Amino acid sequence: MVINRLMNKIEIENLSLQYADGAESLRGISMGIRQNAVTVLFGPAGGGKSTLLRCLNRLNDLTDIRTSSGRILIDGENILDPKTDVIALRRKVGMVFARPVPLPMSIRENITYGLELAGEKRRTKLNEAVERSLKLAAIWDEVKDRLNDPAVALSGGQQQRVCLARVLALQPEIILLDEPTSGLDPISTGKVEAALQELKKDYTVILVPHSVQQAARTADHAAFFLQGELIEYDNGKKMFTAPKEKKTEDYIMGRFG
Amino acid sequence: MMKLLARNRHSVQRLGYSLITLMAVVTVLPIVGTVLFILFKGGSAISWEFISGFPHDGMRAGGILPAIIGTLYLTVGTAIFSVPLGIAAAIYLSEYAKDTQLTRLIRLAIINLAGIPSVVYGLFGLGLFVLFLQFGTSILAASLTLSIMTLPVIISTAEEALRSVPQQFRTVSISLGATRWQTIRKIVIKEALPGILTGVILGLERAAGETAPILFTGAAFFLPRLPGSPFDATMALPYHLFVISTQVPEMPIQIQYGTALVLLVFVLTMNVIATIIRSRARAKRQW
Repeated sequence: MVINRLMNKIEIENLSLQYADGAESLRGISMGIRQNAVTVLFGPAGGGKSTLLRCLNRLNDLTDIRTSSGRILIDGENILDPKTDVIALRRKVGMVFARPVPLPMSIRENITYGLELAGEKRRTKLNEAVERSLKLAAIWDEVKDRLNDPAVALSGGQQQRVCLARVLALQPEIILLDEPTSGLDPISTGKVEAALQELKKDYTVILVPHSVQQAARTADHAAFFLQGELIEYDNGKKMFTAPKEKKTEDYIMGRFG
Repeated sequence: MMKLLARNRHSVQRLGYSLITLMAVVTVLPIVGTVLFILFKGGSAISWEFISGFPHDGMRAGGILPAIIGTLYLTVGTAIFSVPLGIAAAIYLSEYAKDTQLTRLIRLAIINLAGIPSVVYGLFGLGLFVLFLQFGTSILAASLTLSIMTLPVIISTAEEALRSVPQQFRTVSISLGATRWQTIRKIVIKEALPGILTGVILGLERAAGETAPILFTGAAFFLPRLPGSPFDATMALPYHLFVISTQVPEMPIQIQYGTALVLLVFVLTMNVIATIIRSRARAKRQW
């Protein structure tokens, strides 16, 4: 691939996976994912994008998997190794889901939840984390006066940014976003996308976008997935102006999907 | 012609609604009737002496304190055994158990447990707790017997309450670095607690009102004093009611209805508490 191996935060090697219920699968995926960039995984539904995301934080452990093979190296360590500390992994690799799921507690508690599980008890540290992460997620000004209100009382767009802040509070290195704006209005979507551009300065961001347009807007690198296979992987600009593969071009042009 | 048909259809609909409403009202009548009837017949027996005194004159006079205290003991005793076990079983079934032969067997057992007649529990308790384990006719044996009877109610309502907690909460919690048990403890149980409590109270309420399971395992015909340890037999409201209604000749009728009223109030109070917990939790729920 065009991408220099040394700069890669994540190295996926020949990853194959099949769910027990026969849904979405992955076939022989190999790709490197760069640090401090937004990598977009796009393609039609059922192509394996979410499955791949869920491999990266081992959330697939909760699902019935029939077969899986290959390796995923994060900072050189194979996280699919059964000996991997998955709790530590999930703190390092945060995830934002398609629909905002605020936990049934206050805004503040949503943010501190992960930290407290990690053993952080100091009030000042927790307060700092709340402010820092809410600011990073561009939601601080909207919620700073009502941190003790239930998070579910916020609008969908606000909830999703709180969910992003909740992930950021753990100071992860990699952030996975699975169609994070699919239920949001254009203004909220814009805010989330803007936040991502800020975040990539410090984090490795992997996004499954909810449209080709969003993919084109946000991607530094883009990977096109079709039926469990990686069809094309290139830098974002090239991908959305001059794709090499016919299938990619057809999809981007809206000829199927 | 069309008009006539339409009007006809309309009146059929009205008739249907009336019938359904009538049936709904009919289901309310027995409960209201029972309560009013017992209140009317037994209300006059209720006095401080009736509630706080011992029976005398062959139970034809005096109070029913030992029976009230006994039922309280049995309810608490039942709770001690059935609540932790029932909730633990529900957590296992809802959160951990995969769909295997073993879990299917467990579920089948629970369903069947709920269908066993209460007198059979009584006999089982007599065989196992009273005779084999030599607990004697005692509060302990009766509580254990009632616990077995209550378990299926607690397990199935608690399991349902746990299952109703949205799956995404678990996924999100895990993705934030929680272990499975932390997720259950901090999110799932917390959210399911009102539902679990409701089930617990309804189960215990049933235990408090049962006669057959304690008949051979812990209930005493008459005791001149309160039980002093879990190994003593005890009087209990439902059994006392049975005794004074059938076994004691020339029993004043107010005492019978008064006892029934006290039992009814005891059970209905638990019911009301369960309802309050449920509706409060529903108002506060964030999903």
